[in-house]
Amino acid sequence: MNILFNYLIFPGFIFTAVAGLFASYVDRKVTARVQWRKGPPLLQPLYDFVKLLGKETMVPVGASKTTFLLAPVFALTSIVIVSTIVWNTLLSPGKTFLGDLIVTVYLLTIPSIMIILSGFASKNPLASIGASREMKLILSYELPYLFAILVPIIKSNSIRLGEIVQYQWTEGPFIGSVSGIIAVIVMVLCTQAKLGLVPFDMAEAEQEIIAGPFIEYSGPPLGIFKLTKWSMLFVVPSLTVLLFFPALNFWGNILGYVVLLVVVVLIRNTNPRVRIDQAVRFFWTWVTLLSLISVVLASYGL
Amino acid sequence: MKLTLKALTKSIWVFHAACSPCNNCDIEILDLLTPRYDVERFGIVLASSIRHADALLVTGFPNYKTAKKIKYLYEQMPKPGVVIAIGTCACGGNFFRDSYSFVKPLDEIIPVNAYIPGCPPKPEAMIMGVVKLIKALKAKNK
Repeated sequence: MNILFNYLIFPGFIFTAVAGLFASYVDRKVTARVQWRKGPPLLQPLYDFVKLLGKETMVPVGASKTTFLLAPVFALTSIVIVSTIVWNTLLSPGKTFLGDLIVTVYLLTIPSIMIILSGFASKNPLASIGASREMKLILSYELPYLFAILVPIIKSNSIRLGEIVQYQWTEGPFIGSVSGIIAVIVMVLCTQAKLGLVPFDMAEAEQEIIAGPFIEYSGPPLGIFKLTKWSMLFVVPSLTVLLFFPALNFWGNILGYVVLLVVVVLIRNTNPRVRIDQAVRFFWTWVTLLSLISVVLASYGL
Repeated sequence: MKLTLKALTKSIWVFHAACSPCNNCDIEILDLLTPRYDVERFGIVLASSIRHADALLVTGFPNYKTAKKIKYLYEQMPKPGVVIAIGTCACGGNFFRDSYSFVKPLDEIIPVNAYIPGCPPKPEAMIMGVVKLIKALKAKNK
């Protein structure tokens, strides 16, 4: 019963969805203020989602129907599980299982993989281009992301999220060290790519390939994909909060998350989109170099 | 009134179909997204794919090249959706009515829910047209 409550209501589905809707609102509002506009009302993401639930679902001729319709559901499920693990750990770090960090990292890639699958399943040439770009983007950002995650593992000498949090509660957060700061910078850059936000949003580049993998989606499946994207906007930065600066209570963690979210949104608003080859080069040279430096520094205890 | 329809009136995603216009109306439509008018306050955003759209904005007059395509676009739009004809050309053909390439008025090809005349219409006129359309939708589904 408790497990069901965890997965469906509090740190699980309902909480993630509400927090994701709010994160999307913050994203749009900050974007509007940066562009000197007024921006949408608070309930706007909810209106969008409810509206999409009431629209017609269209499956293109020749598309793989099962994959096309199931991909968003799998993406949302995996992100809800990640959210449950991350926020349960932040609230009560004693209750985790061995290797949950590895499970989290794997589950975080599933939404991207589902986006690729849905793009290829929809039998649209532009969607295929978007999906192949997403694939290249995964190959480029996963390596520095894993290196950055190695820093807390080396420092706390554990792969349990709970022990990482407890270590930081007693010894001080990892962001206070040199390697921690570098790793957080790498994590923020990879977050940008993971969420598909502007410098690295070439997978769904609206001006050139329309909406990339989402081009053929309409109605409820599109709504579920949008909810997944919004939930990722909540979950991926909160994993960074957990790994580098967890606070002692719930509202402290939320505060840390909101600061990180505003940083992400400001990066998104002040940069142009790069090409896919530029992104791959950027991640494989500079970001990987930074993350390697942070790993080396962490192994010397800095 | 149905909840999804209420949500639809609060979040209209717009697909902008240029049906051989002279681009004046298109520029005026883009004005709506700028800080001065900022229609995102009402939840109106430009959608990039017709499958995501709730409203099809048509500018220009349907000629031999675009008449068939505008019909396909309408069929691809997930329902419920509305069509808004922007500019005198889309409303009735303007002075291209007797042109050799004019097929037939837009509302004989696809059903049009709102007409916003003007050459080009002012952004205020377009906002007013959308407000009237929303009021009509609400009155119809009460």
